[in-house]
Amino acid sequence: MVDSGGASMIEVGTKLTERIFWIDRALLKQYADASGDQNPIHQDEAFAKSVGLPDVIAHGMLTMALVAKFVTDWSGGSASMKEFSGRFTKPVIVPAGAQVDLTVNGIVVEVDEQTVRLELTATSNGIKVLGMSKALTFYS
Amino acid sequence: MLNPDSVGRTFYGAEPVSVTQSEIDSFAAVVGELNPVVAPPTFSIRITLAQSQQLLSDPSVGLDWSRLVHGDQKFEIHRPIVAGDQLTCSSTIENYKVAAGNEIVTVRSDLHAGSELVVSTWSTLVVRA
Repeated sequence: MVDSGGASMIEVGTKLTERIFWIDRALLKQYADASGDQNPIHQDEAFAKSVGLPDVIAHGMLTMALVAKFVTDWSGGSASMKEFSGRFTKPVIVPAGAQVDLTVNGIVVEVDEQTVRLELTATSNGIKVLGMSKALTFYS
Repeated sequence: MLNPDSVGRTFYGAEPVSVTQSEIDSFAAVVGELNPVVAPPTFSIRITLAQSQQLLSDPSVGLDWSRLVHGDQKFEIHRPIVAGDQLTCSSTIENYKVAAGNEIVTVRSDLHAGSELVVSTWSTLVVRA
């Protein structure tokens, strides 16, 4: 039998190689401009502190954009993503002048003929910032 | 507090949103992707968050957007968004509850190109007490 490749080649339990993205204030500004989300809690330290946050925090959707990149670099590009979800458990705190990590991991939990389901985690400074995260992707 | 009558109501964006290659390029560049052919998977948030915020700012809904935190997010992508798409956004308040004084609202937004459903998103928003 000729193996058609794709998702059928992947085994449940396969772990994706851990990847670290680095986040700084400049990236937050870049994401704010690209997404249209100009909420000052992501750019203005004095404002963030005035509403009870420890410092400027990253957009939750920036975290998800980076985790999506982690998934689709593995699965075959942006067009491969079918479903993607997550819960923002803690903020990613981004002090001035600092680069903070977003450390992303994933594991294959289900394989179909064409698709792969992944469970994903993301931490920053050792703290879980994205939970209950799943992706369903085509795999090529 | 949110007006309970607004739960289940669907709000329609008036104008279709045109997607440009330069918007896709800018969004993709944030995650280090150059020369993208299609929009990154979470690109639709650029449209749905602004549109649903506008729609749900209707005084009859009563949500206080100034105290809002993003709790959960989900995407169902039927096909990738591409440059030239003209997308209309409709938003429905699917669920609403109050827990420990916080209001928790789940908003579903659908993006259609003509009659074709392109992306559905669910945003759970928490209005802090």
